[in-house]
Amino acid sequence: MKKIEAIIREEKLESVKRVLEENGYFGLTVSEVNGRGRQKGLSLQWRVGEYRVDFLPKLKIEVVILDEDVSKISHAIANSARTGEMGDGKIFVLPLDNAVRIRTGEDGDNAI
Amino acid sequence: MSVNSADTAWLLVSAALVMLMTPGVALFYGGMVRRKSVLSTMMMSFAALAVVGIIWVLYGYSLSFGPDKAGIIGGLDWVVLGQVGQEPSAVYASTVPHLAFMIFQAMFAIITVALITGAVVERMKFSAILVFSVLWLTIVYCPVAHWVWGNGGWLAKLGVLDFAGGIVVHISAGVSALALVSLLGPRKSFLGREPMEPHNIPMVALGAGLLWFGWFGFNAGSALTSGGLATSAFVTTNISAAAAAFTWMMLSWRQRRPSLLGTVTGAIAGLAAITPAAGFVPPLAGIPIGIVAAVICYYCMLFRMRRGIDESLDVWAVHGMGGTWGILATGIFASIAVNSAGADGLIFGNAMQFARQLLAVVVVWAFAFVGTWVLGKIVDATMGLRVSPTEETVGLDISQHGEGAYGGQLR
Repeated sequence: MKKIEAIIREEKLESVKRVLEENGYFGLTVSEVNGRGRQKGLSLQWRVGEYRVDFLPKLKIEVVILDEDVSKISHAIANSARTGEMGDGKIFVLPLDNAVRIRTGEDGDNAI
Repeated sequence: MSVNSADTAWLLVSAALVMLMTPGVALFYGGMVRRKSVLSTMMMSFAALAVVGIIWVLYGYSLSFGPDKAGIIGGLDWVVLGQVGQEPSAVYASTVPHLAFMIFQAMFAIITVALITGAVVERMKFSAILVFSVLWLTIVYCPVAHWVWGNGGWLAKLGVLDFAGGIVVHISAGVSALALVSLLGPRKSFLGREPMEPHNIPMVALGAGLLWFGWFGFNAGSALTSGGLATSAFVTTNISAAAAAFTWMMLSWRQRRPSLLGTVTGAIAGLAAITPAAGFVPPLAGIPIGIVAAVICYYCMLFRMRRGIDESLDVWAVHGMGGTWGILATGIFASIAVNSAGADGLIFGNAMQFARQLLAVVVVWAFAFVGTWVLGKIVDATMGLRVSPTEETVGLDISQHGEGAYGGQLR
């Protein structure tokens, strides 16, 4: 199994969630995060002039998937989260040792 | 002399309005700092309420308004409110209880100390602020208040006009803020050019709203009666605030977008500028006074930033320069027709009034700057002005007060 961590635009949450559902993945964890990429933030207005905000608010989606779905799911997320502008985010794929469903104690692929 | 109920009611309400301005300052400043120092920033204002509220009745009022000593300072006849009771004073506000005038003036002293704290946020030690506040009130505020407003004060006798505190409150606070910062130095993050994002602009707007509201007590209350003059000052105040807010809105729009933070800052600049003028100038003079106030304060703020001075929340640019412009504007637009106790200004053919106003500006600028600098040096040498670098990094909320502003994130 693999874990996907996708850093996406806040407004893309619904479309990413939908595409995961379409591929059979209903469970996911979402957090509000701040970060930056090559774009290096943006500038906002102070009372006069401006100041630079170098970390922008994004959403991080964590979802655990089967090994064979890695390519399909990462491309599905990328396609549904893309605007083509700077700041679309990144997708990371991580190896995962195990997973346990707390209620039943099942583990491995059955726990996903 | 007997007590007039209407005047007393208005003055007491005005005192309460001015009191509310200090929590307004707490919110106004609190929203502009980073989240790790919001409580300490607000605490500086509330501490002024706690400390100055006592000092004022013990001896501050007497030093400021007590029987005159050579035009320089009030005598000690009225310490611990001796001879200050329910009967009107013989020389101040003769239609209200002396106590009402005293507590109205107390609120001015409190907010002046609170205003200064905007310069030193996120790095000045709380204990040092308390000690400095007491010293500053005694050595700088009380004499200046006496010169300008005290019966027999030398600037008052000279004919200097300051209706509600352009000199006493705004110039003294703004210039002192600059002097104190010259000793304290910038925040580490300011020096390191780190982004310092204001953590809650709605809070700033709420504070500005309370200030605007309270300012009606500040200016219209300074008529000390509840009739036509109070009304005229009230109207003039609102006009100037609106004109300055609108002007700043346009300045920020020209730069990029109409900013809320800029618009409310403009309102405060317009209010500071109209403070000395409110009861001496025709109401419509509020428009030019407000517009020019916004332009002056806007460019002074830019100048301050370009010079790399961390006068953090621009007490000097807004209050110092707004108040300075207001005092000069009073010398330009004042009219006997508005207030028979006032004078005619430059545009009514009396250039002397402008010269008097200018002299008062120069004198109080110098006195406030030097006085504050010396007091700051004393505090720095004895107890230190700054928190340690680690305490600064952690934030003053935790390091100075043992409190965090926004708990409960997990449960």
